[in-house]
Amino acid sequence: MDWTAIKEYLPLYREALLLTMKIGWIGILLAFLLGLLCAAILHFHTPILRGIVKIYIELFRNTPLLVQLFFIYFGLPKIGVRITAQTCGILGLGLLGGAYMAETFRSGLESVEKIQTESALSLGMSPLQTFRYVIQPQAVALSVPGFMANVIFLLKETSVFSAISLMDLMFTAKDLIGLYYKTTECLFLLVIFYLIMLLPVSLLGSVVERRMRHAGFGD
Amino acid sequence: MDEKELLRLEHLHKEFGGNVVLKDFDLSVKKGEVIVIIGPSGCGKSTLLRCINGLEAVQSGKITFEGAPVEKNSKNISQIRQKIGMVFQSYDLFPHKTVLQNIILAPCKVQKRKKEEVEQEALQLLERVGLNDKKDAFPRELSGGQKQRVAIVRALCMHPDILLFDEVTAALDPEMVREVLDTMLELAKQGSTMLIVTHEMSFARAVADRILFLDGGELVEESNSPKDFFDHPKTERAQKFLQTFEYE
Repeated sequence: MDWTAIKEYLPLYREALLLTMKIGWIGILLAFLLGLLCAAILHFHTPILRGIVKIYIELFRNTPLLVQLFFIYFGLPKIGVRITAQTCGILGLGLLGGAYMAETFRSGLESVEKIQTESALSLGMSPLQTFRYVIQPQAVALSVPGFMANVIFLLKETSVFSAISLMDLMFTAKDLIGLYYKTTECLFLLVIFYLIMLLPVSLLGSVVERRMRHAGFGD
Repeated sequence: MDEKELLRLEHLHKEFGGNVVLKDFDLSVKKGEVIVIIGPSGCGKSTLLRCINGLEAVQSGKITFEGAPVEKNSKNISQIRQKIGMVFQSYDLFPHKTVLQNIILAPCKVQKRKKEEVEQEALQLLERVGLNDKKDAFPRELSGGQKQRVAIVRALCMHPDILLFDEVTAALDPEMVREVLDTMLELAKQGSTMLIVTHEMSFARAVADRILFLDGGELVEESNSPKDFFDHPKTERAQKFLQTFEYE
């Protein structure tokens, strides 16, 4: 192992990590909001929107992110919409993640007992109040494990961003290998930096999950 | 007793996919009346209560509460439901809220009453059912009987004009049943209008002004004297049903 080379590459990897995290976290935020919106639309049986949301979810869950990125990055300019590689990455991750988050939140909403809705309604609450004060807080807690799994999955998916020439971790590693042939060192750093990005999230995830279970309601 | 009619059901017909649960059902409930509905499982008792506060739609017939029609998806159904309190068999407290939060949620958010005022009333009601020390507990920390008493308080805090009880003791351990029934008995004595579905026959006998015996979605026997009904049921079906509770 060539430690001087590793030391030399470190700043490049740090740059790449920051970019990967930036795109990753903005994309995840977008995915979160999109997921909430879609799950709410499905929950309230909104007539036409429901169909659109279902098609969106199936489309994005059943095609690879790489293909989605190609469509956005090379397809949109064909119809006159120019976007940067970064925006494309965020959009791609947000759309893919949104589909997964929607499913996670939907199943969270569905696992809240039906009697909860009924007892809220029987107290005179409107459907919207019932959702806001009774169903949604329980559904969010029930969705935490699925949500954290999605976050980790999405952060890992950022590795295909190199295909649209975003200087993310994967791109940097491949680039350096191509330039200096220090394959072992470059891959070693790649693993380390992915762990730096993901391990804290994983650990946080298990802590939050455990707390949710302890504060858990149920009987 | 006040003779004002609160609730009226006319020719109610309800079925689930060809399975008829209520057949041409009529009922009139006056203010202050305590009506106990009994009958074998699946006879339509619970469905009847669920139709009355619009949780279940009917195929035909009319439900009128205080002069207003009750329809599942009508615009004013939330307003009507505020006046109809309902307590379910189980698991109806909100698990993510404390006892006090459970009780004050609807009065504050739906009726827009002041939090302090509602809290004060909630505490008084909790004291009446002997649970004021549980105000900050979460539902999971309560026994089944305590949960049901909180559910009753929660319904009461909305100041309903009628209370519906759907087998509220059916999921409880025997030693918990008593405390819940005592609470209901006290409410009845204070003049609350109540519609009670139950399998507790001695309780029915003690609390009811009127007994309805349902079977197969129909009113089979009705009596203004619980004592007469339980001692000398007139119809064969009621006799058979009551016999299932005897062990001699």
